[in-house]
Amino acid sequence: MKTNENSRREFLATTLLAGAALAGCGGNPFTPDEVTDIKPSGEMVKLLSVDGEIIEVDKAFLKPVPEMPPVANSEARVGIPGKKFAMVIDLSRCKSVKKCQTACNHMHHIHPGQNWIKVYPMQESEKTAPYWQPTTCMHCDEPPCVKVCPVDATFKRKDGIVLIDSDRCVGCRFCMAACPYSSRVFNWEEPQIEKEIAEQPYSCETSVPQKKGTVGKCDFCPDMVRKGSLPHCVSACPNGVFFFGDILEDSVTNGAETFRFSELIKDKSGYRLMEDLGTKPSVYYLPPVNRNFPFENKEASEEKKEKA
Amino acid sequence: MEKSAENKIIEDLLPQKFGKQGTIWVISLLAVCALGFYAYCRQLYYGLEVTALRDYASWGIYISNFVFFVAISLVGSLITAVLRLTDVHWSTPLTRIAEIIAVSAISFAGLIIIVDMGRPDRFYNLFTHGRLQSPIIWDVIVITTYLFISLLLLYFPLLPDLKIMIGFKERNGKYLQKLYEFLGSFWKNKPEQFKITDKAINILSVTIIPVAFAIHTVTSWLFATTYRPGWDSTNFGAYFISGAFLVGAGGVLIAMYVFRTHYKLEKYITDEHFNKMGKIVVLLALVYLYFNINEFLVPAFKMKKAEEEHLMGLFTGEFSPIFWFAISASMLVPILILIFKKGRTPKWAFFAGILVVVGSWFKRFLIVTPTLLHPFLPMHDVPKNYMHYFPTWEEWAIAGGSLAGALLVITFFARIFPIVPIHETIIETDSHEKA
Repeated sequence: MKTNENSRREFLATTLLAGAALAGCGGNPFTPDEVTDIKPSGEMVKLLSVDGEIIEVDKAFLKPVPEMPPVANSEARVGIPGKKFAMVIDLSRCKSVKKCQTACNHMHHIHPGQNWIKVYPMQESEKTAPYWQPTTCMHCDEPPCVKVCPVDATFKRKDGIVLIDSDRCVGCRFCMAACPYSSRVFNWEEPQIEKEIAEQPYSCETSVPQKKGTVGKCDFCPDMVRKGSLPHCVSACPNGVFFFGDILEDSVTNGAETFRFSELIKDKSGYRLMEDLGTKPSVYYLPPVNRNFPFENKEASEEKKEKA
Repeated sequence: MEKSAENKIIEDLLPQKFGKQGTIWVISLLAVCALGFYAYCRQLYYGLEVTALRDYASWGIYISNFVFFVAISLVGSLITAVLRLTDVHWSTPLTRIAEIIAVSAISFAGLIIIVDMGRPDRFYNLFTHGRLQSPIIWDVIVITTYLFISLLLLYFPLLPDLKIMIGFKERNGKYLQKLYEFLGSFWKNKPEQFKITDKAINILSVTIIPVAFAIHTVTSWLFATTYRPGWDSTNFGAYFISGAFLVGAGGVLIAMYVFRTHYKLEKYITDEHFNKMGKIVVLLALVYLYFNINEFLVPAFKMKKAEEEHLMGLFTGEFSPIFWFAISASMLVPILILIFKKGRTPKWAFFAGILVVVGSWFKRFLIVTPTLLHPFLPMHDVPKNYMHYFPTWEEWAIAGGSLAGALLVITFFARIFPIVPIHETIIETDSHEKA
């Protein structure tokens, strides 16, 4: 059903765009040479023109318009004004369901086997408690990846988000070496993406489509944020592990619950990863105390079984 | 000096046509290059997928080969500049060998870095979008500068020799004659000309030293500016430079031996040269050993958690066979050989030189890859083959092709130009006789 819904939405968007395009043209829009060989099917479609008029067009003349990038590259580099985004990840709620990962991989068309979100089984030392730690890009305020990029392909925006311009990346992989959180992945081969998506113009805000020979990573889904929605991982998580929000507004939400960011961090002793490196991440963690779930590492036990 | 003696020197040192051995050598190098080229075409077509590089080991033998090339190229500045400025004359016959090693190595360093890029088609972005705060841009700047200074240091001392060679029109053949005339027909052996080139060479000798230090320091910063265990070290610049002088000097030992035996240059590249270069290699190996001790012993004393995994991987773990081979081959054994007078004879010195160069190549691999396989967060949520690195045949072929290419440049250079400077040798012999 989901695909149907998608295609309906896409169809609507396409027809609207087409309508807009038609209204913009002077004279008869159906006369250019390229469309003369199209035969009318007799099936008419109603479209809304930009002037608010309803016009009828033969279905055969409708041509899918490539999806426009939501914002211009120059605007995507600046960011959303007046915002400073942050994420809070509550480790006490995570049981490694990995819906975040699946949603992220699906929406960003990530290469099979690779992940922008990784869910680590962590255990600091032998006698300390194990826990699950999902990691996204930390969107550091002192991003080591941005410092080393020779061509400004990866950049830091005013709203705190670190993005990649895959049309500019030269694939030197210095950023991967520089990132202490191992959050960057590389497109070693031609990404396995459906043709229509692969042919879209690249957008820094959607990070789609990924391109061969360039770097990719978690982007905090600024396209969703611009629409007023939450990043895909946040809305996909059934346990409400991820909170997303704006530090300047001092609020974060996982969709169901909303907290004051500062109070949440204060009450639950939030911390950031590898604070000693001075990278100043935008992702905060709440310690795995009073857990909702016991720690069960199915992957590890399966691996053990395989070995035995 | 007598005219006949001078003619004898010229006769001995003029470039010679490839013999049977030379032809086989060139053909085999060309074959290796061709294979490398084929592998690179595959890489261009399929992407870096054809390599064993993956998200953790994202740099492999291309980058270690790059570091190796930059390292070995430093010898140009050592032999021509450092020894020249310290008024050491015995090294005159070795200057051109050192300088051509420098030029060909630094050119291939540039090429191999393009090979490593995921998008070589966007190379121009480095110029159109370059940002000065990235160490890669620093590297681009200093390596280009070093290449040009090295080319000039190769070219200026060649001018008087070009004049000599232009005189052998029949021997040269049509094309070489044209090349020599194009490069050096303006040179008339005038005292003013010598005055200008001498001055230029002196200025270049002074400038090349900081530039040489810069190329390898900046190369070390590609690693040291990151946080990773094994790279996060203030020792790295000096560590790299000392290692670079060592591998370069080792390379010169090899080249000296090969040119001497192949072109019968025993009179010009003498046993004494091996003796002296041998001593230099011992000194450089000791200095490099000192920096290695600093680099490994100090973190090993503390065994911080992140460092521990990396260090144990080198000392006793996955990489220990290569690690101990590299340490012994590039430093310990050559020191043991060359510290004795008998070890500084041509054959032994040649052997020690090979050990130094081969050991150093693997040492560069150990600097690059093991660190990447020991990240801060454990390797997780990746396919299994991401957790190890062993180069594919394409990588070996491309890396091998680049090494063969560098050797080809040196070989062809020695075919076209006198590998031991003729003019300078005449002058040196002259001053010897007078003294």
